[in-house]
Amino acid sequence: MNILTRSLIAASAIALGAAVPAMAKTFVYCSEASPEGFDPAPYTSGTTFDASAHPVFNRLVEFKKGTTEIEPGLAESWEISADGLEYTFHLRKGVKWQSNEKFTPTRDFNADDVIFSFDRQGNKDNPWHQYIAGITYEYYTSMEMPSLIKEVVKVDDNTVKIVLTRPEAPFLADIAMSFASIVSKEFADALEKAGTKEDFNNLPIGTGPFKFVAYQKDAVIRYQKNPDYWGEAPKIDDLVFAITPDAAVRLQKLKAGECHLMPYPAPADVAAIKADNNLKVDEQAGLNVAYLAYNTTVAPFDNPKVRKALNMAMNKQAIIDAVFQGAGQVAKNPIPPTMWSYNDAIQDDPYDPEAAKKMLEEEGVKDLSMKVWAMPVQRPYMPNARRTAELIQEDFAKVGVKVEIVSYEWGEYLKKSMEAGRDGAVILGWTGDNGDPDNFLSVLLSCAAAGEGGANRAFWCNKDFSDLLAKAKQSSDVAERTKLYEEAQVIFKDQAPWATLGHSTQYVPMSNKVSGFVMSPLGDFTFETVDIAE
Amino acid sequence: MFRFLLGKLLYLVPTFLGITIIAFSFVRVLPGDPVLLMAGERGITPERHAELSAQLGFDKPVWAQYFDFLGRLMQGDFGNSIVTKKPVLAEFLTLFPATVELGLVAILIATLVGVPVGVLAAIKRGSWFDQISMTGALVGFSMPIFWWGLLLIIFFSGILQWTPVSGRISLLYFFPQVTGFMLIDSLLSGQKGAFLSAAQHLILPAVVLATIPLAVIARQTRSAMLEVMGEDYVRTAKAKGMPTRRVVGVHALRNAMIPVITTIGLQIGVLMAGAILTETIFSWPGIGKWMIDSISRRDYPVVQSGLLLIAALVMVVNLLVDLTYGLINPRIRHK
Repeated sequence: MNILTRSLIAASAIALGAAVPAMAKTFVYCSEASPEGFDPAPYTSGTTFDASAHPVFNRLVEFKKGTTEIEPGLAESWEISADGLEYTFHLRKGVKWQSNEKFTPTRDFNADDVIFSFDRQGNKDNPWHQYIAGITYEYYTSMEMPSLIKEVVKVDDNTVKIVLTRPEAPFLADIAMSFASIVSKEFADALEKAGTKEDFNNLPIGTGPFKFVAYQKDAVIRYQKNPDYWGEAPKIDDLVFAITPDAAVRLQKLKAGECHLMPYPAPADVAAIKADNNLKVDEQAGLNVAYLAYNTTVAPFDNPKVRKALNMAMNKQAIIDAVFQGAGQVAKNPIPPTMWSYNDAIQDDPYDPEAAKKMLEEEGVKDLSMKVWAMPVQRPYMPNARRTAELIQEDFAKVGVKVEIVSYEWGEYLKKSMEAGRDGAVILGWTGDNGDPDNFLSVLLSCAAAGEGGANRAFWCNKDFSDLLAKAKQSSDVAERTKLYEEAQVIFKDQAPWATLGHSTQYVPMSNKVSGFVMSPLGDFTFETVDIAE
Repeated sequence: MFRFLLGKLLYLVPTFLGITIIAFSFVRVLPGDPVLLMAGERGITPERHAELSAQLGFDKPVWAQYFDFLGRLMQGDFGNSIVTKKPVLAEFLTLFPATVELGLVAILIATLVGVPVGVLAAIKRGSWFDQISMTGALVGFSMPIFWWGLLLIIFFSGILQWTPVSGRISLLYFFPQVTGFMLIDSLLSGQKGAFLSAAQHLILPAVVLATIPLAVIARQTRSAMLEVMGEDYVRTAKAKGMPTRRVVGVHALRNAMIPVITTIGLQIGVLMAGAILTETIFSWPGIGKWMIDSISRRDYPVVQSGLLLIAALVMVVNLLVDLTYGLINPRIRHK
């Protein structure tokens, strides 16, 4: 135990109620898993971001609470050049870095921090690129930052220019993501001098609403209100994460008053939670989609009419009722209804087994047998893939199509389902990273994603569709982009590379005493606006 | 005694080597690739996959990876987690005291309850006490731990509100971890009510973890006692007119304890298995939960070194049990 932790502990022990119980407001969140670390850049899980990026750090631009809209963060304002290649950010002045026993900042946040935050991820020669052996920046890489960012230039202490290699409309949404959190260069320098670089991942220093206090592995994370926070000050004094992996136990803790709010209740418990007088439940459509992807390169699934016929044979409402237990809605488009550019004018294929059977006959498809892949794990967009596959099996049997259900270990499933010439249709889904339609459509359905290493599991390559996406990506006019994406969804529906299954609903149960919690469409859990009634 | 100990210790060397092979192969035999699991639904290009695999050393032939592992092990390097990037040994040492504390209290409960129940059942063979306790032991032995834990939480924490739901201590208490044992640290902290809170948090998980060992110990004690009670020296003692209490306590129990101690020693393995479920359900930050998380993420270094450390621990405990035997029964020592 080092001096830092000791004194912080002592300080918090006082704050946490040993001496002044009535003074401090402590909010306890029963989180579902342990963070992998506290530096947001090397990790990809939402759990880690909830513990690091959201309470402790800020980005240049932020998602406005409860939306996927962009608002100023550490950058007060910005300009985008006419060719869409240069982003000039005017940084907020007077933003204080947090301090701890090992580090007291001598200066405010400035352009050097911004440059450091990007350079350490993209530049292999930066001494902080590999500050822990084996560290990688997977989000930075997978959001294509290495090929997109040409350079980050300091104009003056409070102005930074990011130069891109190509126009990229979702860029602002990309850098509002957790991996682009701004870290302190001065703190990094201090640790380098002290020879304890790994503490960058253990004792985070940020500009966010809460200061990190201590982490007891797999048990408890403690934060304190940041008194110098540049934004609106949090209403609670202490924030505690009580790590509780089992959903049933989380609920018991919530009921017993051991925590104020919990994520991810078991779907079967939601009705009982709603009936409990001491609890309330917030709900919101998740930014996700579950789908069945045909292999559009293999006969007879290369024929759009066959795919459409199969889609018509599928009773999707029954899947929502039985598998999602009502906690979801039937999907007709590849993007969720809460996302801008969602084309609500599109009509879903009707559930009509008779017509489906006839269509199959017309296309000369007889005695078809196929495989349906059911993934072995529960995901936020799909509570039970096996059960879904069984329902599809029954539906398809009614139109004379025999289904064999197959499954593999999760890693294998992800790999094999992307192998060219794959046999069968695959159940899978997607949760959005940044609320941009491109983050669904390009990632899952573009020609570029149909090859090795992509995620287009229908192997569907439609030039018109991909051209629309490319065009939309180069425009920074949201109205124009909306039109292009709406058009793209029409092509998607017509060509039916997937059966769009559903969008799941997300529930957040909490104590009646809690106010001010705002659900994030991105699935983030943030607490700077919460308050608790005494 | 020295030769006895040396013999035992020499025996550990090949066992330990065997364990390194099993621990190393176990997680690699499972299908699944940590790099793919990290990429998730997004997918990963073959070039990036190769790059990451190389960085983690997975591009080398398996035998080379094994000798790497063994070589570093000889230098006391247990490797780094590929998820948290932290040294496996440091993580193990952080979490280990929680598991030991839980395990010790569980085995204490199992022994303190199991042995007297077994003795009493043997003495009153065929009585209602015998019938009920042995049926109870059978039920306990076949108890699905996860379900049992949740049931106790709902009943004692939910309905009766006697015990806290999960965790190691109330979140109101916050003090440095000196030993990692919450019962001791709470006393050292000097904070009022901390020890009581720690004890309250420990009760349910310890009872759940003790369930199976308790059943086994009670049954083993009963059958060992029954066997010993039929021996000539016990009959002689009884015939001398010695009070039953002395016959049971001095002559029978001491001899019956030898197989019981073996059983208790063997329960360490059972405890480790039980700890995985118990720790998960009670959000207990120990090595059982750590192993499960690491297996599902295919965190090779953590799984192989973690298994090795746990196995080494079981070996040491079994060695200690063998030595205890020697103390209790001189015949074994001199054989």
